[in-house]
Amino acid sequence: MEKSLSWREFIITRLIQTSGYSAILFVALIFFFLLREGLPTLSEVDAASLFNIRWYPIEDYFGILPLITGSLIVTLGAALIAVPFGIGTAVYISEIAPRWMREILKPLVELLGGLPSVVLGFLGILVLAPFLRVFLNLPTGLTALTGSLLLGGIAVPTVVSVAEDALDSVPRAYREGAWALGATKWQTIWRVTLPAARSGVLTAVMLGVGRAIGETMTVMMVTGNAPVLATKLGSLFSPVRTMTATIAAEMGEVANGSTHYHVLFFIGMVLFIISLIVNIIASSVVFRSKKRAERILS
Amino acid sequence: MTKFLAQNRHTVQRLGFIAITLMALLTVLPIIGTIIFIIVKGGSAISVEFLTGFPHDGMRAGGILPAIIGTLYLTLGTAFFSVPLGIAAAIYLAEYAKDNRWTRLIRLAIINLAGIPSVVYGLFGLGLFVLFLKFGTSILAASLTLSIMTLPVIISTSEEALRAVPQAFRTVSISLGATRWQTISRIILKEALPGILTGVILGLERAAGETAPILFTGAAFFLPRLPQSPFDATMALPYHLFVISTQVPEMPIQIQYGTALVLLVFVLTMNIIATVIRSRARAKRQW
Amino acid sequence: MVDKIIIENLSLQYSDGTESLRDVSMGIRQNAVTVLFGPAGGGKSTLLRCLNRLNDLTEIKASTGRILIDGENILDPKTDVIALRRKVGMVFARPVPLPMTIRENITYALDLAGETRKSKLDEAVERSLKLAAVWDEVKERLDDPAIALSGGQQQRVCLARVIALQPQIILLDEPTSGLDPISTGKVEAALLELKKEYTVILVPHSVQQAARTADYAAFFLTGELIEYGEGKTLFTNPKQKKTEDYIMGRFG
Repeated sequence: MEKSLSWREFIITRLIQTSGYSAILFVALIFFFLLREGLPTLSEVDAASLFNIRWYPIEDYFGILPLITGSLIVTLGAALIAVPFGIGTAVYISEIAPRWMREILKPLVELLGGLPSVVLGFLGILVLAPFLRVFLNLPTGLTALTGSLLLGGIAVPTVVSVAEDALDSVPRAYREGAWALGATKWQTIWRVTLPAARSGVLTAVMLGVGRAIGETMTVMMVTGNAPVLATKLGSLFSPVRTMTATIAAEMGEVANGSTHYHVLFFIGMVLFIISLIVNIIASSVVFRSKKRAERILS
Repeated sequence: MTKFLAQNRHTVQRLGFIAITLMALLTVLPIIGTIIFIIVKGGSAISVEFLTGFPHDGMRAGGILPAIIGTLYLTLGTAFFSVPLGIAAAIYLAEYAKDNRWTRLIRLAIINLAGIPSVVYGLFGLGLFVLFLKFGTSILAASLTLSIMTLPVIISTSEEALRAVPQAFRTVSISLGATRWQTISRIILKEALPGILTGVILGLERAAGETAPILFTGAAFFLPRLPQSPFDATMALPYHLFVISTQVPEMPIQIQYGTALVLLVFVLTMNIIATVIRSRARAKRQW
Repeated sequence: MVDKIIIENLSLQYSDGTESLRDVSMGIRQNAVTVLFGPAGGGKSTLLRCLNRLNDLTEIKASTGRILIDGENILDPKTDVIALRRKVGMVFARPVPLPMTIRENITYALDLAGETRKSKLDEAVERSLKLAAVWDEVKERLDDPAIALSGGQQQRVCLARVIALQPQIILLDEPTSGLDPISTGKVEAALLELKKEYTVILVPHSVQQAARTADYAAFFLTGELIEYGEGKTLFTNPKQKKTEDYIMGRFG
């Protein structure tokens, strides 16, 4: 192909190529280290007690089921909030809002995405939890619900920005065709535009859910950190503990190389695999937006 | 039912628009509300002493300077590792990579890095940097961990910024006798720079606010003096806020809100800078 | 009259299998305007892009044949492609001003080639803008962004950009397709001047433009060279029926 002008060009090209492949290296590294420190769990703790419902490491109870259900219920709650509000806001920004409103809203939503999770957790403890305790007459405000509400807020910006991209990419001709046939704007949105943006919106939801599952600080601060199996609807109103919070809370206190240490890494591995699956599915729902470039630059 | 809806289309539309607008407002107003709330509650704690002094009395009085400096160090450390690597990787993807299996694998890896929970990064950082490479709990270990976490954001926004530059520039430049790298360095990078910068700042903003990755890799609660080398541990704003709001009994509320406010301002400033860069670039664009 | 370029049995296929050129052989005369015309998809642009190896940027699967410029086969992998592109300049269909000032647009290639003396650069800027018939319109604003010019002015600046390198061959791929008649006229007039010193190959955007400007003309249809002849005879008295049909507008 092109003949290099000089060695300099050759070296630069090689450096760039190596940088490109570095992402693969890092994923492999992370997976390897999680495996290295997490696999010993399987030899130290038998499967039956691992998938038990009692998590009490001090007395060698390493049942991770309550942690898994904790994560699930909080994530589910978050999704129930983030999906309608996220898609609704995306529809508003993309289809209904006047131009000037759009210019205000988009940066604002992005701002929400940048708020540190510890700040939201902090407000959760001081404001939201007491409010919910009084409002719903609960023994404590540190519940799965509190976590879901905050997590929903954290996941919304992700859902909004990806969904809004998707809606924006729907060719104008689709909408104009519907209007020409006599549909109202409202009907067009729900029967034409949204279905056309279906794959992108789905991606948005999956990415939002992924964000919620992986959140650590907020849930650690407001969900009460009680590793209780969460299976009933009522569990929403009582404390739970997520996998992420468990790792964050207990890692500082474990002895290097102990069983507890290995189990925490094992949980980390589980989280890694869950996010791997969610992200593979989200990305295979193929969605490329040319307008995304303009979003960054505008 | 459908018939009813169809016949009353315009009413339905009006109601629907109201509902959606309310939804958007409900999403956005809490954001503004949160920020104002923290400003109001924390504003009274802000003073020169708070911002430049050291903490006393087990963090219950005095200032939070070491936490501010610590976050600054961590942000710079993250930038040091992730920015050159991230931009180079983005250049590879946008300008050199062919559409084959390997490239798809790289993209998959990036998507995965983006989705890994922050606490898992903390575990990884602990395993690799703190223990295996024996860097100990240090700014170095924490920065490296945060860098890998920030990499996907920088790569994807930079790649999009590069792709946004019209293909025609490349063709023209090559036809005038430039090599691929000359084209990239003289034209493409220059034009993509604002977009890249925006992405970098937004990525670093997120790194500055993260707690979980630095929990076991570099953060400390009380250090008597500022870190002297990359191998020292450091205080940091997000971690500090976490500890004083959950672990210290009889912590004055003022200090908590004050700390939250400082962190918020740190993060918001970066956000505003990024937004300003973006809109000024849009106005000055020569294509 | 000498052939600057000799094309021998050139065949090309794109990676998706579409055949682009089929066994094309022809000569391009020096210091003349040779026009490659025909309906869309005929292979004219592809041929042009072979001459400066711009096709290297795209996915070409099979290429056979030779292209000799001054006796050397430029399709040889050992060819210095950078030097080739400085010798063979190209003007594209849409004006593409680089995101810089007018002056910087012109000096971009010279800078790449290592020319740094300000006097030489200024001289090149004036000379090439004059040859491209746009000097008077831009001489007061050489340090303004090139994007601020009108379409016709931009295209002539793009022409000047190519001339600045003092190539030997200038390729133009439908250079006036987006321009108004006055600008088109100015470009065509510039070509008449340019051919005195350079070898010009033009893909016109209409048969009329071909007839106006051609010293020699080649008619291409779906990748094959149908007919080649002198401009003044081919358009009034084409030998092949297909050529005649196209010129008469019976298909397009």
